[in-house]
Amino acid sequence: MTTLTETPAERRSAGAPPVEAADVHVRLGASPVLRGVDLRVAAGEVVALLGANGSGKSTLVRTLVGVLPPTSGEVRLFGRPLGDGVPWGRVGYVPQRVSAAAGVPSTAEEVVASGLLHGRRLRLPRGWRDRAHEALELVDLADRRRTATQQLSGGQQQRVLIARALVRRPDLLVLDEPVAGVDRPSQEAFAATMARLVADGTTVLVVLHELGELAPLVQRAVVLRHGRVVHDGAPPRPRPGHEEAEHEHVHPHAAPRSERGEGDMGLAEGPFEAGMSTTTDEVAP
Amino acid sequence: MNGLWEMVTDPFMQRALVAALLVGVSAPVVGTYLVQRRLALLGDGIGHVALTGVALGWLVGAAMGLVPDDALAVPGAVVAAVAGSVLIEVVRRRGRTSGDLALAILFYGGIAGGVLLIGLAGGSSGSLMAYLFGSISTVTTGDVWVTVVLCGLILLIGIGLRPALFSVSHDEEFAISSGLPVWALNMAVAVLAALTVTVAMRVVGLLLVSALMIVPVAIGQLVTHSFRRTMLVASVVGVAVCLVGLSITYWHNVSPGALIVVLAIGVYAVTAALHPLLARRRPGADPHPDIPDDVAVAAGREEECTP
Repeated sequence: MTTLTETPAERRSAGAPPVEAADVHVRLGASPVLRGVDLRVAAGEVVALLGANGSGKSTLVRTLVGVLPPTSGEVRLFGRPLGDGVPWGRVGYVPQRVSAAAGVPSTAEEVVASGLLHGRRLRLPRGWRDRAHEALELVDLADRRRTATQQLSGGQQQRVLIARALVRRPDLLVLDEPVAGVDRPSQEAFAATMARLVADGTTVLVVLHELGELAPLVQRAVVLRHGRVVHDGAPPRPRPGHEEAEHEHVHPHAAPRSERGEGDMGLAEGPFEAGMSTTTDEVAP
Repeated sequence: MNGLWEMVTDPFMQRALVAALLVGVSAPVVGTYLVQRRLALLGDGIGHVALTGVALGWLVGAAMGLVPDDALAVPGAVVAAVAGSVLIEVVRRRGRTSGDLALAILFYGGIAGGVLLIGLAGGSSGSLMAYLFGSISTVTTGDVWVTVVLCGLILLIGIGLRPALFSVSHDEEFAISSGLPVWALNMAVAVLAALTVTVAMRVVGLLLVSALMIVPVAIGQLVTHSFRRTMLVASVVGVAVCLVGLSITYWHNVSPGALIVVLAIGVYAVTAALHPLLARRRPGADPHPDIPDDVAVAAGREEECTP
């Protein structure tokens, strides 16, 4: 699905897809993590990126937002190759992180306001406090805006990072495991926020371990395995019982999988693959 | 009271007080970014490298027959400090694991190089004492102007670009994904740190420079929740200990640099001791008592939350 064959004029047009990646290869150290990934996310789409630990999900989204340089291949956001030409104010990224805190205390409001800076905008715009307040309201943390982030719970810190991406009102939201290790109420609040954003036309690319609360929103699933796309289409329907929070994916009971068709596609580990798939991207900080 | 008036009208003291005031404000501003990046020891590394710069300036000055022969010591320190901090930043970008080792090598290389070069310049390691431990009483009018310009630059960038420097110091990955000029901002922090080290050299000495950048931030952290306030409190503390420390040395013959640092650590100790008492007064009620706590939250935290 190489999509870079349009003319430059078409690419510049307003209809340029938010995400376009063609034959992306990434090496971290000596090991190839992504091996020729093609991905296109159209405006307004909600795409889930699935795959086992070490399949390259995090590496892919970090490459898409410019954090990691691809070894080869091309990434375009809104039709512009990665670099200064990308309208960074239209992109919101939520990294995979347990903590929003750093060496010096900072309030939720300060962390969220840092999301208002992008590209060559190095100073906060007028009315930044109201914007930060609005974004914190979206994640239901407006009353904690003056609280030091390190005093918030893990789930609340994750929501602060989501608000930091939302504060610039992005057209494209890229989230890396936004609900990993987050309590059930925070997950539900997150799903409700996402539903509102999707209804407003926000394009979403989200890395997930399992669809969980987001299942009703996800229109398409891309499954990675060992750095390659092995499925791109309808979201997998997990077998009842597989979506529970306690569910452990690295298990050897993959034998009856063929009976369920594509049910668990790419998520469950075969007994022979389990050893190979515990490498790479999840190790990166 | 009479003595105080005598002190502030003494031209030597006036120059020293102006230098101490400016350094007291600026050093904690830069220190706040260093602590946030978990690079609290960077100032020490730069200070050691600056010593080689001092000796190099001395060597060049002596070779050119300048009077006094340490006329180029401060320019030498500025050049060496900037070069050293840029080098540390480059090493830090290449790989975090070796940054620690590179910093250590700079520490030793800086001191050894300084002592070696000062010998070649015809001085003794004793000549370096003024730079190692400060010599604020010998500040000239020219020195004061250099301090005014450099501190002005530090405050302009350190405060003017605070949101951007905060963003890149807080979460570099997010800053990159925002398309911010991360490389330039990192370099700005490194150069600010280098300039701070060289202006603070006269006041507290290269060996204690880092204390003036870091200890006030440690105090600020204890009493506030926000980055902006931490920086503000740190600067106020920095000015207070610099001015009080220097004033005491007008009447008592002790090293100003050492006294300033001991005062700062004393304030830290008192604040840390009083902190639990102050914290208990604050209303810390959980606004969402109905929502169950996170699994990830440590058990000790829960007790704080229950009213």
